[in-house]
Amino acid sequence: MWEQIRANRRRSAMLISLMGVVLVLLGYCGGEAIFGGGGGFIGLIVAVVVLLVQLGIYFGGAQSLVLGGAGGTELSRDDCPRLFNIVEEMRLASGLPVTPKVLLIQDPSPNAFAFGRTPETYTIGVTSGLLHRLNRDELQGVIAHETGHLKNQDVQFMMLAAVMLGSIAVLAEIIWRTMRLGGRARSRSDSRGGGQAQLILLVIALLLSILGPLLAQVLYFSCSRKREFLADASAAQFTRYPEGLASALEKISQAAEPPSFVNKANAPMFIVNPLAAAAESSSVFSTHPPTGERVRILRSMAGAALADYEAAYRSARGGGLIGAESLRAAPAQAMREASDEGPVLGRSDARATVRRNAGYVSVRCGCGMEIGVPPGYERKEIRCVRCGNALPIPTTQLVVPPVLGISQPLRYTRRINGWESFRCDCGHAVLISPSFSGNSVRCPGCGRQIEVATPGATQG
Amino acid sequence: MIAASVGLLVLCGLIGIAVIVIVWAIATYNGLVQLRNQLDNAWAQIDVQLKRRYDLIPNLVETVKGYAKHERETFERVTQARNMAVSAKSVGERAEAENMLTGALKSLFAVAEAYPELKANQNFLGLQEELTSTENKVSFARQFYNDNAMIYNTRIQTFPTMFVANMFQFSRRDFFEVKGGPEREAPKVSFS
Repeated sequence: MWEQIRANRRRSAMLISLMGVVLVLLGYCGGEAIFGGGGGFIGLIVAVVVLLVQLGIYFGGAQSLVLGGAGGTELSRDDCPRLFNIVEEMRLASGLPVTPKVLLIQDPSPNAFAFGRTPETYTIGVTSGLLHRLNRDELQGVIAHETGHLKNQDVQFMMLAAVMLGSIAVLAEIIWRTMRLGGRARSRSDSRGGGQAQLILLVIALLLSILGPLLAQVLYFSCSRKREFLADASAAQFTRYPEGLASALEKISQAAEPPSFVNKANAPMFIVNPLAAAAESSSVFSTHPPTGERVRILRSMAGAALADYEAAYRSARGGGLIGAESLRAAPAQAMREASDEGPVLGRSDARATVRRNAGYVSVRCGCGMEIGVPPGYERKEIRCVRCGNALPIPTTQLVVPPVLGISQPLRYTRRINGWESFRCDCGHAVLISPSFSGNSVRCPGCGRQIEVATPGATQG
Repeated sequence: MIAASVGLLVLCGLIGIAVIVIVWAIATYNGLVQLRNQLDNAWAQIDVQLKRRYDLIPNLVETVKGYAKHERETFERVTQARNMAVSAKSVGERAEAENMLTGALKSLFAVAEAYPELKANQNFLGLQEELTSTENKVSFARQFYNDNAMIYNTRIQTFPTMFVANMFQFSRRDFFEVKGGPEREAPKVSFS
């Protein structure tokens, strides 16, 4: 597995260098064409400055900007133990140094994504639409694909590629504009012999400024597609069950609309291209390979090893994907059987999780309805929307009668064994998770200590 | 005079070769150390998951006992298998004990199928999910360890890395698996 990463790094380095060569050529020829003899040097400096600025923008800026305010809630283990377990399983199978954070996004369209350049920021996000459509094997396949992206350091690679692409585009634009503004006039003042070379350089610079960005784009998207295939191969290797990912991809691509927070900047991070209509488009400029092809390759694998994926890939597309050196080092692996567990999270559970993390208090009515009390709600009771019953909002009680000026201890008596929420004296919602076994909890709003009493022995 | 300069050239050549060999040896040694540490880490991960499993099991047995008091055989089998696994020493011993424990747990869950109140118990369901997941994690950690143990073993046995390996005593690693064994047994369910 480490072999594969090293081979990837080498290939990435080569591709980035290729784009770098284009950038340097563009800078040099542009500089020569605009400023005359020796101007190539100036062009190079401009190219480097552009590159540094792009690097600063991409690597200095906060990653949350790219997500475009998706409004994800970070999950804790108790919110969805099964999803957490799957993420941990994949972490063990892949050998990642840390368990990625898990983000849940309330959105009916199924999709998943991964981001994070450094191990501390590794995050995997899933939509609630994904959680209640896929069974355990399929979800495992999807998480394995995202984990593969993290393990292969794809996020970093695609960012670098985007930086190079951006630099080339910006530089081409600068050259184009400068030349139009009369840069060419200066070249004619050179000697006749130099003028000939100037003309050639001018033509080259023009061609490069048009073709350069185009070539860089082609390279960028081809890199993106290759990385998706590699992540599929990694997923098959981690789970030993390529059919899981295959059927998950089918289900995802059949869903109607893209998630609401998708834009061109974060589209490459998703497992299936959310912007393409039927995700079957195979244009040179799409970030993801057509889903049908990915499914076909996964289903035609003979075993679960990288070599099996490579064989399937070759017969479907006719080229190679993984280097021969990595394949030699990777061992042969057989597929496992399917497991038989159903969807991970119900619809209402996902809603409840998001509301919980947003400070809502949950109140259950006798008629079966569960009502979320929003954080700003002032009164002590709330009416059930179904049966009209007035329900008291669970809150703390004072242990001893109040004495002026002295802060009194508060107590809350537990009623159920699962997630419980109540209101502190200050109005802030306090949550108790199913695995809580202590004696007191601190209110996140005012910081006061609240005793938690359990009435008698609780047998679930 | 000429003989001296030829001699100097040969000397430089020899020194150059020696330097190259030493640099290669250092790089190879460092690579092997890295691999070995990663293997140790992978093994430690298996350990963590196995311990988790051992800790979950008594709780599970108690929960099931509350509903299925008469299945004494099964409980004893599970507890015994667990204790054996905890006290196993070598990799091979441990692997075998683990397989027996998996078999015993399978029959415990098969027993639980017959008690619908047990299946509805939140505690039991939570424990079942945790155990299933822990089993998965053990198998993934094991898979990772085995894959990389193989790469490591191949590395230290092939030419020319084997010279450095032998010199610094990098030894072959056992795989975490068992050939044949009790996991092939079908779980026995008794309703006595």
